[in-house]
Amino acid sequence: MKAAVHTAQRHDSALKHVTGQALYIDDMPEPPGTLHGALVLSTIACGRLVKTDFAAASAMPGVVAVLGPQDIPGRNDVAAIGQNEPLFAADRIEFAGQTLAMVVAETLDAARAAAEKVVVEIEAEEPILDIATALARKAYVQAPSTVLRGDPGAAMASAPHRLEAAFSVGGQEHFYLEGQIAFALPGEDGDITVHSSTQHPTEVQHICARLLGCDFNRVTAVVRRLGGGFGGKESNASWVAAAAAVAANHTGRPVKLRLPREVDMMATGKRHGFDYRYTVGFDDEGRVLALDAVLAADAGWSLDLTPGVVARALTHTDNAYWIPHFRAVGYACRTNKQSNTAFRGFGGPQGVVIMEDALDRIAFHLGRDPVEIRALNFYAEGKDETPYGQKIDENHLLRCWAEVKTGGEVERRRAEIDAFNAANPVLKRGLGLFPLKFGISFNLPHMNQAGALVHVYTDGSIRLNHGGTEMGQGLFIKIAQIVAEVFKVDIDRIRASATSTAEVPNTSPTAASTGTDLNGWAAWEAANTIRQRMVAYAAGHFGVAEADIEFADGNVGIAKPGSNQVLSFGELARLCWLGRVSLSSTGYYKTPKIHWDPVAMRGRPFFYFSFGAAMAEVAIDTLTGESRVLRADLVQDCGESLNPAIDLGQIEGAFVQGQGWLTCEELWWDAKGRLRTAGPSTYKIPGSRDVPPVFNVKLLDNAPSREATIFRSKAVGEPPLMLATAVWTALKDAIGAVGNGKVAVRLDAPATPERVLAAVERVRREARTALPST
Amino acid sequence: MADNIRFTLNDKTVEVSGVTPMTTLLDWLRDHRGLRGTKEGCAEGDCGACTVVLERDGRRDAINSCIVLMGQVDGQSVRTVEGLRGAEGGPHPVQTAMAEADATQCGFCTPGFVMSAVAYAGSGGAADPDTIHDALAGNLCRCTGYRPIVEAMTRIAGLAVEPPPASVLPPRTKSVAFDGAFFAPRSLDELLALRAAHPEALLLSGGTDLGLLASRARTPPKQVIHLRHVPELTAISTTSDRISLGAAATYGDVAPALIEAFPALRPYLSRLGSRQIRNMGTIGGNIGTASPIGDMPPVLLALEASLTLVSKRGTREILLDEFFLDYRKTALAPGEIIQAISMPRLWEGETFHCDKVSKRRDQDISTVAGAYRVRIRNGRIEDARLAFGGMAATPRRARAAEAALLKDGFAAAMAAVATDFKPVDDWRGSAAYRLQVAANLLRRLELRIADPGRVLEVETL
Repeated sequence: MKAAVHTAQRHDSALKHVTGQALYIDDMPEPPGTLHGALVLSTIACGRLVKTDFAAASAMPGVVAVLGPQDIPGRNDVAAIGQNEPLFAADRIEFAGQTLAMVVAETLDAARAAAEKVVVEIEAEEPILDIATALARKAYVQAPSTVLRGDPGAAMASAPHRLEAAFSVGGQEHFYLEGQIAFALPGEDGDITVHSSTQHPTEVQHICARLLGCDFNRVTAVVRRLGGGFGGKESNASWVAAAAAVAANHTGRPVKLRLPREVDMMATGKRHGFDYRYTVGFDDEGRVLALDAVLAADAGWSLDLTPGVVARALTHTDNAYWIPHFRAVGYACRTNKQSNTAFRGFGGPQGVVIMEDALDRIAFHLGRDPVEIRALNFYAEGKDETPYGQKIDENHLLRCWAEVKTGGEVERRRAEIDAFNAANPVLKRGLGLFPLKFGISFNLPHMNQAGALVHVYTDGSIRLNHGGTEMGQGLFIKIAQIVAEVFKVDIDRIRASATSTAEVPNTSPTAASTGTDLNGWAAWEAANTIRQRMVAYAAGHFGVAEADIEFADGNVGIAKPGSNQVLSFGELARLCWLGRVSLSSTGYYKTPKIHWDPVAMRGRPFFYFSFGAAMAEVAIDTLTGESRVLRADLVQDCGESLNPAIDLGQIEGAFVQGQGWLTCEELWWDAKGRLRTAGPSTYKIPGSRDVPPVFNVKLLDNAPSREATIFRSKAVGEPPLMLATAVWTALKDAIGAVGNGKVAVRLDAPATPERVLAAVERVRREARTALPST
Repeated sequence: MADNIRFTLNDKTVEVSGVTPMTTLLDWLRDHRGLRGTKEGCAEGDCGACTVVLERDGRRDAINSCIVLMGQVDGQSVRTVEGLRGAEGGPHPVQTAMAEADATQCGFCTPGFVMSAVAYAGSGGAADPDTIHDALAGNLCRCTGYRPIVEAMTRIAGLAVEPPPASVLPPRTKSVAFDGAFFAPRSLDELLALRAAHPEALLLSGGTDLGLLASRARTPPKQVIHLRHVPELTAISTTSDRISLGAAATYGDVAPALIEAFPALRPYLSRLGSRQIRNMGTIGGNIGTASPIGDMPPVLLALEASLTLVSKRGTREILLDEFFLDYRKTALAPGEIIQAISMPRLWEGETFHCDKVSKRRDQDISTVAGAYRVRIRNGRIEDARLAFGGMAATPRRARAAEAALLKDGFAAAMAAVATDFKPVDDWRGSAAYRLQVAANLLRRLELRIADPGRVLEVETL
C-alpha cells in the first residue's frame, strides 16, 4: 500500500507545480464579461478624508464602476474580531496604504489607469509612527494584558542579582509569492461564489455577507490552493474577497481583484514589531528567580488579530524556562501604520526572544557559559508549570538540547571559534544555541474545532473534503494519508477537493500550526464512520463477526473458517450500496482538555507543547556589519511524524523565514509614515545563498505525542521558525567577541549590516572604557 | 509597411498581433496566449516567478518575462514551462528532479525556478554551490528554505542536455518598426537617423530598468528605440592595453573580458542584479540611466573609463569622470547615444579592488559600492582612484580621500571620506552608516594591499 501514515510522501501537487499546471486563482479561465479591480490607496498616514471625486475616473475608457463606502450594501466593516475597520475609508484616514475606493473596469490596465484618476482630498494630521510615541500617549488598540505568577516585585528585590535591559525586534512582510487575490462570481438571486486565496474561507464567507448585507448561505468561499500564506492570508484575504464580492454584486459580472505587489505590501498587515524592557533577578548560579517584562507590540492602526498575537507573546515569554516569579505585561500600541496581523508564530517568536536576551546577559554577568545557563533554567520535574498555569507533562527539552549539542559538536567548535576570533581582528565568528517550547492550539478554545466530509463511491474511489486550506504546507497529502490509512487503500484512490464553505461549514482558519491536528482528526472521524458501516454490513452479509473483517492493501478480507474471501475495497463499496448503506459521512473534531480565561490570562490554552533546539554559527564583518550564517543544526519534535518529507520542508522553510525576520528583512517607513520597502527590490527576503551552507535538520525520533493527537503526530508549521533565534544569539556572540567578552551586547532585530555595525561600534566604545573583567 | 513581431515560442513560430509592442512578454503569455504556468510575483524583475528561457547562440539564458517588452522578443526563441518535455514526452528531467527533491511547497515560484534550472542544466553548470547560487539568485522562494531546490540543482548538474534547436526564423537584416512606436534599427546609421527623428523616444537596451514602466507602473513608453540589434553597439574588443565594450552588450557578454582583466570583478559581477538581469541588462544602460546606485559606474570611474558618444554630428570621447552631472543628469547631448565604454588595463604596479555592501548578498541594490585602482611602487602609493556609489547624487570619485591617501596614507583617506560625501538617509542605510562603511572599506583596501591572501569578507569563509 502506498502512502500510509508515517511515511515520506511527496506533495500531492508537486508534478503540477513543476509543470506549471497547478492552477492559482489568477490562472483560472475568466468567464466572458469578467471585470478587473484596482484599489485606490491613501498616501497620507493620518487625517480626515475631506472628499473623494470619482468623476474623472468614471469617465476613463473601460471603466464600469468606481466604488466607495456609499456603494457597500451592508456594513462597511471588514474587522475579523473587532469592529470599525472599513473596507473603504469613510472619514478617518489611519495609515498610508488604507483603501479608499476601487475601480472596476473591462481590463486590469483600464482599472489601474482609472484608479490614478480618483481625486482624494485629505486633511493631514500628525501620525504616530513608533511604539515609544504610542506608549507615551497611551494609544492602544486594546487594554494592556498581564500574565502574572507569584510576587515578582518582592522576588526581584530579594534576588542576589538583577539586570535590566531593553531591545526591539522589527516586523516582517509575509511575501507570499502569490499576492492577495479574489475572484467573485455572481449567481442566481444575489448568490456569490468567491474564489479566494485565503487561509480562512469561513471568514471570507462571513465578511462578504456582512458587506453585502445577506445571509451567510448566499456566499460560498472556495479555495483550491494558495501561493503561500504564512498568516498573511488569514484576516487580510477577507477584505480583498469582500471588495471583489461587493463589485461583483454591484455590476452583476464576475470581478477579479488581484493586488499588485506594491499595493499588497502597502495595504496589508505584517508581523508585529515589538519593543521590550525587562528586569531579571537571579542567584549566584544563574538560576532565574524573577522576570518582570514589558512587551509593547506595534499593532498598527486597528485591532485585527492583535489580541491573539499579544496573548501568544505573553504565553511564550517563558519559552523553555522555569521562572518562579513572573510578570509579563503586553501593550498593543496603536500606530498609523498597516494593521499588523498573523504571521507564522503569531507572537511566539516575539515572546521567546526575551529570555534568550536575559540568559545571555546573566551568563555574561556571572562569567558563565550561556549554553549551561540555559539548560540550568529548563523546565524540569517539579518546575513544570507555566506562569499561566498550564502543567508541562511532556518535556523533550533536554533530549533536543543534547542532540543538538552532540550533533553540532559544540565544545570543539566553541574552541575553534574562539581561536579564530583571537586571530582575526576584522571577521568574528559566533555561536548561538536556542531551546524551544511552543504551545499548540488556538489560544481561543472555541476555534479548536474542525469538520470534514468523505464520500466513498461505488468504484471504491474516495472524495475528501475538509475545512483546512492547502497553502503549500502539505496539508492535503497528510490528510489523504490519514484517510488512506483508515480504509487501507492506496492514496491514489483519494481525491482531495477544493476547500469550500459549501462542503464543510463553520471552519476555523488554517493557522496556529493546527491544520493537520484538527482537520486530520475530523477526516479520520468521517472515514472511520464509513468504515464502521462497511464493516457492519459486511459482517451481516457474509455472516461473520466484525472482528473477522480486515482492510489491507486496498482489499477487504473476510475470514470465514474454511472459506476465506477477499474483495477489493471497491467491490465492498458497491456491495454496501446495493445493501443501501450510506457511504458518505461528515466528521467532526474538537480539541479536548483546553480552556482559557482571557482576563486572568490563565488556563490550559494548549493541548500540548512542541519542542526543539537549534545551534547556529555566524560570521560578521566588523568593518561593514555584513553577516553570514555558516551553519545550523536543528532538532525538531514532530511527535511521530505523519510525513517526514513534508515536515522536513516545514522545518527548513520556517527556519530560513525566521532567519530573514531576524537579519535581512527590514520594513522602513519614511518620516511621513509611508512604507518605502514595498517590493522585493527594497525588501529583502533570504535568497538561496543565505541558507546556511551546512544545514543539518533532524526530526526528534521516537517521540510519539503523549496526548491523543492524530496518529501521535505533532504540529510543525510554526515552531521551527523560532529555531532561527539561534542566529540572533550567535550574532550577539560574534559581536561580543569584538569587546573580548568585556561588554554585554544589545542587538536589535532585524540585524542588518547597519545594526550589526552599530552594535560592534557600541561594544568597541564600551570595551575601551570598561574595567578589566574580574 | 506594417511589421509584425515574429518569434519562436516553444518550438513554434508565432506572429503577434492585436497587442502593442510595449506589452510585456509575461502579460502576453498569460493573457493573450493563455499560457499561465509563468507567474507574476512582483512585476519588477526581482522575484523570478516569471522566468522564461531565451534560446540563443546555442545557449539557454534565463530572463524575467515581466520586464521584457514584446518588441524585444522579435526574432528570439522563447521557452516557457509549458514547452518543457522529457525525451519520452513526460516531464523534463529538471521537472522530475525538482519534484523528487521535494523542492516545491506552495508551487507558485516553482515554474520560475524550473526555468532557471533548465538554463543552468543546459549550460553545463557545475555542481558547486557557488555556481548553483549564481543560477538561482534571481528566484525567490518563501516556503522551502531553498535546501531541496539546491539539492535538485545538484542532481541535474551532470544532465546531458541537447543544445537548443536553432531558430528557424531568418534574422532580420533591415530595421523594423512595430506599431510605429517600437523601432529596432539594424545599423548605427539607422539608429542615429531614428534618434534624430524621434528625440522623445526612449532608448531601450536590455530594459531591466525601463521595462518596469510597463510592468509595475503600467505606463509603458510611447516610443522606444531598441539598441540591441545594432552591431556597432554590441561589439566587444580587447587589445593589450585597452578593453572596449559595446554599450548595448549585456553584462553576461562583457563579463568574461572584464573578469579576465580585473579578477576582483568576478564576485562583484555575480552580485550585480541576478542571472536574469545580467542576461538582459547592458553596461551602457547602467551608465545611461545615471542612477546614483548603479553597480558599474563606481567600477568604471575607478578604472578611468571613457565613453564613445555618437550622434549624427559625429563621435566624441568623454571621460566617465565628466559624464555624470547631477542626479540622473548626464553630459549626453541631444541626439547623442553611448556607443561604447573603454578602459585601460592595469599597468604595472596597479591593483584593482571593489566592494558592494547591501542587506542581501545577491540581487540587491548597493547601500554603498566602492571601487579602487591604486598604483604602488616601491611600497609607496603613487596614484589612487577611489570611486563610490550610494554616497551622492551621482556615482563619484572621493577626491579628497584620494589626495589624503597619496599624502598621508589610509587613516587620512578614511577621515577624508566625510568631506567627500554628504549621503542621504534611506531604507538602504543611514547617512552615518554610509559614511562609516565607505571609510571602513578603505581600511579593508589597506588590509588587502598589505596582505593579499587574507580572508576579509564573510562570503569567503
